Order: sequence, then C-alpha cells, then structure tokens
Amino acid sequence: MSWLRAHLFSSGPSALATLAIVALAAILLPPFVDWAILDAVWRVEDARECRQAQGACWAFVAEKHRFVLFGTYPFEQHWRPALATLLLVALWAASGLRRLWRWWLALVWAAGLAAIGALMWGGVAGLAYVETERWGGLILTLLLATFGIAFAFPLAVLLALGRRSRLPALRWLCVAYIELVRGVPLISLLFMASVMLPLFLPEGVNLDKLLRAQIALVMFAAAYLAEVVRGGLQAIPPHQYESAEALGLGYWQRTLFVILPQALRIAIPPLVNTVIGLLKDTSLVVVIGLFDLLTSIKVSLQEPAWTGFGVEAYLFASAVYFAFCWALSRYSRSLEHHPARAGTGPSR
Amino acid sequence: MRRALLVQAALVAAVALAIGWFWYNAAHNLETRKIASGFAFLAREAGFEIGETSGLAYSAADTYLRALAIGLANTFRVAAIGVVLATVLGVLLGLARLAPNWLLARLAGAYVEFVRNVPLVVQLFFWYALISENLPGPREALEPLPGVYLTNRGIFFPLPGSRPELVGFNFEGGGALSPEFAALLVGLTTYTAAFIAEIVRAGVLSVPRGQRDAARSLGMSERQALSYVVLPLALRAIVPPLTSQYLNLTKNSSLAVAIGYPDLVSIANTTINQTGQAIEGIAIIMAVYLTLSLSISAFMNWYNRRVALKGVRA
Repeated sequence: MSWLRAHLFSSGPSALATLAIVALAAILLPPFVDWAILDAVWRVEDARECRQAQGACWAFVAEKHRFVLFGTYPFEQHWRPALATLLLVALWAASGLRRLWRWWLALVWAAGLAAIGALMWGGVAGLAYVETERWGGLILTLLLATFGIAFAFPLAVLLALGRRSRLPALRWLCVAYIELVRGVPLISLLFMASVMLPLFLPEGVNLDKLLRAQIALVMFAAAYLAEVVRGGLQAIPPHQYESAEALGLGYWQRTLFVILPQALRIAIPPLVNTVIGLLKDTSLVVVIGLFDLLTSIKVSLQEPAWTGFGVEAYLFASAVYFAFCWALSRYSRSLEHHPARAGTGPSR
Repeated sequence: MRRALLVQAALVAAVALAIGWFWYNAAHNLETRKIASGFAFLAREAGFEIGETSGLAYSAADTYLRALAIGLANTFRVAAIGVVLATVLGVLLGLARLAPNWLLARLAGAYVEFVRNVPLVVQLFFWYALISENLPGPREALEPLPGVYLTNRGIFFPLPGSRPELVGFNFEGGGALSPEFAALLVGLTTYTAAFIAEIVRAGVLSVPRGQRDAARSLGMSERQALSYVVLPLALRAIVPPLTSQYLNLTKNSSLAVAIGYPDLVSIANTTINQTGQAIEGIAIIMAVYLTLSLSISAFMNWYNRRVALKGVRA
C-alpha cells in the first residue's frame, strides 16, 4: 500500500496520470488481446482461412518461417545456415564474457568463421556448393553485421589515429573521409556500391552484389566507429603520452602498447552501441534487393495468398531484430555500470 | 621532418592515383556502354509522374531538374514536420521517464527501449502496412476526431474554410496526407522521439541537484528555479545532440524510397534507372545531404559558442 502511495498516487497530477493510464489500458488492451491472441489464427491448411478470421494471422509466420530465416538457400540444405547461425550467435555470446577475453579468442573466431564459410559455401567435405546469390535470411543479416564490424574496426582505429596525427595531409584526409561518410545517408552509399562501384572497376572485374553491399556497410561503420575510437583516445590523459615518450618509445610502440589498450577499453560500451546500429542498418539492404531477413519477409508478402498480412509479418520482424539488439544493449549497459571492471582486463 | 613530408606526399599520391584509376575505369566503361556523362540530362524531359509534389506544379513533361527539386521539397516537407512532432513527443517522453509516477516512467521507458532496438525500415514497413492494408476504405472511414478521417487512401483532416467530404470513392477538400507520407511521418516521428527522449532525460539529469537547491535557497520558487537555473543549464547539454538527431531524421527520411514516398533519393533513383547516369545521380544526392550536414554542424558550432558558460573551458 505504501509503495502504491509513494509511486502511483504521490500527488494530484501523479494520481491523475495513473488513472488515465489504467483507463487507456482498459480501453485498448482487450481488443488488442482479442486480435493478437484470442481470435488469432496460428495454423492453416490454406491461406484463405486467415482472410475469414477476425484476429491476427500468425499462420503466416508458421508457414513462411523457413523462407524468412533462410531465404532462397536450397530447401533440403537448410540445416547448414541453421547451424551457421547458431555457431555465429555462440561466437558472439562467448565474446561477451570478460573471462574469455584472451588472445586465443581471435583464433576461436577465425576457426568459427572458417567453419561458417565452409558450411555456407560448401564444396568441401561432401557439401554441395551454394553460391552467395542464394544465401539469405537471418544468417545474411548476422554475417553482414559481423563482417561489417570485423573489417570496419581496424579501419576505424587507423582513421581515428590519422585524425589525431601530427601530419596535416594525413589528418585532413581522415577528417574528410569521416565527415563525408557521416554526412550522407547509408542508402546513398548502398546505391553507390550497387550501381556506381561496377563502373569504377576495370572491365571484366565483377564483385558480387553481397560483397559490394558489405563494402558499403564497412565504409559506413568505419566512419562512425572511428569517432568512437577517437572518443577513447581523447579520454587518455596527456601524461600517458608524455611518459611513454619519455621512456623513449617510438610512435607505433607508444600507440600499440600504451595508448590503444587503454583507449579501446574505454570505448567498449559505445562500441557495442555501434554494433547495434550496424545490425539495425543491415536491414537497409532491402532497397538494393539483397536477401536479408527483411527482404525475405517482404518477398513472402508479395505472394498473392499472403498479401495484406504486413502488420503481422513486420511485427515478427521487429521481434527478431529486437531480440538481438536488446540483448546487445543490455550487455552494453552492464559494461557501463561497471566502468572500473571494464578497465581491468585479464592480466597477462 | 623530411620523413613526415615524404610520408604525406606518398599518401596524397596514393589517394590521387586510386581516384585517377577509378576515373579512368569509369570513363572507359561509360564509353563502351554508351552512357553519356555530365549534367546535361538535367535539362531533358523527365517523363515520369510524381505522386505528390508538396504543392509545387509538376508534370511528366517537366525536366529532370524540376523533378529532383520536387523530390527535395518533399524531403524538406517530411523532415520539417517530423522534426517538430518528434521534438514535442520526445520532450514529453523524456520528462515522463523522469516523472515520480512509476507507471508513467516505466511505460515511457518501455517505449524508448522497444523503438530504439528495432530498425527504422521495419517500423516504416509496419506503419505503411497498417495504413494501406488495415485501415478501412473511404466509405467506412474511421473518424477518431470530428472531421478527421483515417482511410487506406490516406488521412484527411479539415483546414480553415474547407472540410473533407466524401465524393464518389474518395474524400475531397480539406487537407490530405497520402498513405506513404503518413507512414513515413509517423515512423520518423516515433523513432526519432525515442532518441530525443533519452537526450532530454540525460540533459535534465546532467544538472547537479545542488544547482536547484541553491536557487531555492536564494528564495526562488520551484518554478523560477526550473526556468531560470535548471532548464538553461540542461539546454546546453541537450541542444548539440538534439541537432544531430534532427540531422539523423533528415538523413533517415531517405528511407522513403523503401515505401514509395517520392523524396529526393527516390526521385534520383528513378532518374538513375532511366538515364543510366549513376555517378551524377549519386553525386547529386550526396552533395545535397553534405550541404545540409555541414550547414547544420556550422550552426551547432555557432550555437555552442553563443551559449558556452563564460569563464569555463569546454
């Protein structure tokens, strides 16, 4: 009772707000529950059953989940992207544990990515070869984000160091790149990769569409990550630079062994936020027709039997993206709440 | 010193070489594919209709330049209205998160958490599907407020001196929002508002409690303390990230291309498909957005200098 009084009825306006929220919930919730659960259709033999129902057509998700999760990957081979997805999620989860932040984690990642590549492409160990044009669904979304961050990160560190360099030409080139990319929408970079890049390459050289989109995402993520890394670099007190210099260390020794290890640790929470942004941004490949999670949902909806169930389909898409992004954002927040611990990695 | 110069010269040479190589390839490729280059196409007839023109005159017989200008006007229209609505909603949400009422704070928190963790394109598709597939036709239009009609053909509302009337199969008169515009506006507003809410919350929290207490002990009322001490301090923390959210909203309005609202990017895309002049088309998009970004950051720097606390070094 005292909790109620303190938190819901502490003053006149507060009591009014509570009553208004409860009243709104009483009006809006019952029809929503009717639509989403009670009157919803969960399984159908024929899509027409959905049209007669009053409620949501979750049968769309039940019917199309294979296509949505795996895109146009050969149907009888779906276990391969499924296994690759699990492997990739496991790698990400393992990388979140501070206990496992050792040098051999990089080897584990390399081995894991090699295994995922072998699973997806095939052509080894008796697996049939599957070209990248047929990759699709959730694994494509996760791969675009993973490789996006993996390649953007080293690039971002170089850009951030370049932006703080004493060499004016280098500094200006880095500033120009970062501000140029951050100033334009990602869509324009994706268009650039899909229609302009082929023009820039010599005749006969063809990069496939997936690789081109990946390049655009890497370029984009690198510019934003560079600013995150720069934030970390700026947080290092000047005496760290000065003492490293006083010890007679050269630029690269100072940077690699003194500055970067500290700067990157500070930058980890905002770095995770950039990963979330990139994961969300991969959904933009829908505009250049790459078969990620969102595109496969959109294509499923174009089938005459299933047109008109967009609300259900996109709620499902939201749930999938939310699950990944929310988990990452909780993780990032847990790091922020233990700043001292984020700064003390395992000792060697 | 000598080494620094050499390194920089090598770097600039490498970048110039890469650009030159791209240039040479592009010139060669355009020649073999018989694609024209240059901006002469802007003066040619566009030949396509545009669904909505923000009140400007346009027909398929007009030039590409005019079509692109219409696209730019459409971008500005959705961005301008979106910025106003997102600010209002965002400030309300941000203050709600700080409210002493547990239910209100939690509700606002859940909203922010959900909206920020779902890609904007997915939300745009959702709103577009909701409006174009799930709202009734004009004859059975929903009327949530007198004179305001929600239909799958768009949203109709009264203007001074003119009310929407059902004529045949659709409404005429009053103001109208197309389904594409409505979906884009709702999507951009609700998405950006979640980010603005966090900025407002952080801004208010950034003012130390001692400031308010000090103002109160000087004899100011709670209201005076808020408007003369707390808010001016909070605004210094709020305005810079707020402007970058406005910029984000404008850049995000380019996602219009995914739901068929004719913004600048969408018209430029049509132009590229018709003329094959991808380099020029993308250059136009980038030039417009870069001008916008750079002018907004110039404004932000000016504002920061103006409001900077005197005697305190940033």
